[in-house]
Amino acid sequence: MSAQAHIQVQDLRLAYGTREVLHGISFDIRHNEIFGIIGPAQSGKTSLLRCINRTIDFSPEASVSGAITVDGEDVRRTKDLFALRRRIGMVAPLPVGLPLSIYDNVAFAPRCAGMTRKTDLDAIVEQCLRQAALWDEVKDRLSSLGTKLSGGQQQRLTIARALSHQPAILCLDEFSIAIDPVTTMRIEDVIKELRRDMTVILVTNLTQQARRLADRTMFLWNGEIIELDSSDIIFGDQPRDRRTYEYVNGLFG
Amino acid sequence: MTDPSPQPTAQFSFAVRSARRPTLYVLAERSLTALIYACGISAIFFVVGIFLFVFKEAAPVLFSDRFSLSQFLFSEQWYPTSELNKRYGVLAMTAGTFSVTALAMMIAVPFGLGAAIFISEFCGPRLRETLKITIELLAAIPSVVWGFIGLTVMSKLIVQLTGAPVGVNILNGGIILALMSVPIIVSIGEDALKAVPDSFREAGLALGATRWQLVWRVLLPAAKNGLLAAVLLGVGRAVGETMAVLMATGHAVQIPHGILDSVRTLTANIAAELGEAPAGSDHYRVLFLIGILLFTITFVVNLAADMAVRGIRKK
Amino acid sequence: MFAETPFVRSKRRSEAFAKWLFFAMSAAMVLPLLLIVGYLFVKAAPSLNINFLLDVPRRGMTQGGIWPAFVGTVYLVFISLAISAPVGILAAVYLNEYARDNWLNRMINLAVINLAGVPSIVHALFGLGAFVYAARLGYSILSASLTLAIMTLPVIIASTREALASVPMSFREACWNVGATRWQTIRAVVLPNSISGILTGVILQVSRAAGETAPIMFTGAVFFKAVQKGEVFAYHLNEQCMALSMHLYTISTQVPGVKESIPFATAVVLLASVLLVNAAAITLRALMRSRKKW
Repeated sequence: MSAQAHIQVQDLRLAYGTREVLHGISFDIRHNEIFGIIGPAQSGKTSLLRCINRTIDFSPEASVSGAITVDGEDVRRTKDLFALRRRIGMVAPLPVGLPLSIYDNVAFAPRCAGMTRKTDLDAIVEQCLRQAALWDEVKDRLSSLGTKLSGGQQQRLTIARALSHQPAILCLDEFSIAIDPVTTMRIEDVIKELRRDMTVILVTNLTQQARRLADRTMFLWNGEIIELDSSDIIFGDQPRDRRTYEYVNGLFG
Repeated sequence: MTDPSPQPTAQFSFAVRSARRPTLYVLAERSLTALIYACGISAIFFVVGIFLFVFKEAAPVLFSDRFSLSQFLFSEQWYPTSELNKRYGVLAMTAGTFSVTALAMMIAVPFGLGAAIFISEFCGPRLRETLKITIELLAAIPSVVWGFIGLTVMSKLIVQLTGAPVGVNILNGGIILALMSVPIIVSIGEDALKAVPDSFREAGLALGATRWQLVWRVLLPAAKNGLLAAVLLGVGRAVGETMAVLMATGHAVQIPHGILDSVRTLTANIAAELGEAPAGSDHYRVLFLIGILLFTITFVVNLAADMAVRGIRKK
Repeated sequence: MFAETPFVRSKRRSEAFAKWLFFAMSAAMVLPLLLIVGYLFVKAAPSLNINFLLDVPRRGMTQGGIWPAFVGTVYLVFISLAISAPVGILAAVYLNEYARDNWLNRMINLAVINLAGVPSIVHALFGLGAFVYAARLGYSILSASLTLAIMTLPVIIASTREALASVPMSFREACWNVGATRWQTIRAVVLPNSISGILTGVILQVSRAAGETAPIMFTGAVFFKAVQKGEVFAYHLNEQCMALSMHLYTISTQVPGVKESIPFATAVVLLASVLLVNAAAITLRALMRSRKKW
């Protein structure tokens, strides 16, 4: 099984109106690896994630070509779009606590999937909040509003929500922008744990974060893949492309 | 679907992956979605329906040889109940509609835009809230109450102040319509001014412009599309208004020569005569034809206003 | 301090002049409202008491009260809103949450805009042609309510859309990311956070529907209808009714010899009902602003 790629992207092109942001990129993501994507702002990292879980559909001016397969299934021809999205957990850069209670924030996705038993939901809520390193802070006020938490707490709530539908793939889009370094380190530990259960795509512009966590790293720049290799090589002294070296060492970007 | 992960750890249960929503729930959601789509599309049916039903009633007379469209549009003779010499010319009423609307706009546009400028540029937040609420209440006054005010209060005032023989005339209707269309001009105009970026204001003030110059040279040109839309929507409201003009402009079918003449508008004419015209008669059908004329006028005015508003959004 | 140059002085004066000019223009819009309402109240005072509201018109409508008209208006308003509120709210949900930018939806938007601009008397013609004759509902409360419903529809759509659009896009995206369907998203996040705005819009339509005259004049409202004093279930759906707005028109233009204060009192009751409903909606809106969840 693990020889076969978990996600395959082939010749993916994405344009917003006439402006093309991804110029035909192809790569594979393996099962249970942490796959880092680095690159400067506006290089198409977030758009790429939105293509994978097809929330790109909500941008009416976007047009996509090429193929993305998850477990061999073409995401653009999937029968149950919502089941596809549940297989992929997505954490956006800015925290979004839904205007629901903390409990309902986490129980929302399982409920949408059709889960109704209180005991199951309780178990999932506790488990996900623990994994997101938030449980101890909120366990006594699960019924208060998720939007009233602090920024860092909301980001961990967002991570808990992304785990709540028990995805096989977890996409983290610059998750540490809004949280402090200590919490970031705790979540990084959690991510290392999670890779036993799922594939993790880590989009980050903190190159050191990718170096710490990722097995393989892709350097995306202006909608093209500059280099994709194991993190040791990307962050080592001799990546194949000079631009990778310059970016990783802060010479540009 | 096979679970791709090799060994789920003990602490992680995968109950959600196997959860399914009850079929009943899925079906209910589907039918609700269908209902939502149907309601969305219904708006088109209503507009087309309004046109078709009004046109259906008007059509027999429009295509009969007892009736000529050019006479309808360009004759001022309106004798719908005459035995020998029936005439269906609406020019006098079109003139009535336009004169009352024009007077109303001459009053409402400067005052409405002035109030919009004051609210958006000159006043503090508390006064702004108060004014906006007052204007909202002004918009809520029913047209029949405005008509009643025209009939009782304004007409007496007009007779006293101008010495006109009757107080229900263009002046009366114009003032009433102005008061009725001001709220819409103020609220849309204020939106348009709010849409002008603050950087324009700051740039103007940094160059040493007074706020007076700022309004005149910067804001009005920048917001002109939105302000145009505001004025057009005011015109649309004034042209379509029925009860107030029915009660406040008098009832004379004539081409007016001054603002103290009584007139009858297109809308008021329908309201005044529809009750007496026997269903199916030529007279009845011509009244529906006037309805089509009104529908067309307001359609064009609203379309123009919408295009003006779209102009702002594109920027 | 520098001495004021003539240039600066004139600049300051023009500033003050502009402010006062625009203030005067705003005041000119607000003052008439106060003066007119005050005048109406003074003239209406002799007839304003609870019995005027509860009593039926007497002696050829020249004396007595306005009860049948008041009840008729309540009937018309509630039946028309019972029709237009669900359709309008769902249509707004479609336009704001489901519709993509294609020609069909541009048509729908255009239709809504034009529906809002159709003159009330044209709605009356439509109601007469479509409901009274074509649908064979006759002159009845039902015909009049349907006509009013179509008339209030575009405004309900517009106000509901505004309320829906005030819910931030990021909430919807967060829901979609975890695999919620559009309806689940709307049900869990969008509607609960816009419902007070939607209600405000609907309540405002109560006042608009109550004041309309032209659309009901030829579809279901009648000059006079015998009703018991204070009777609540005064009308059937398939019969005609009296209405406050129509009653005010009738007694102020068609009936000679009405006691002078009665039309004024009728106008005051109509105006006060409308303004009270508006004030309620405005209060609700202020309340909801202070209780935002994010």
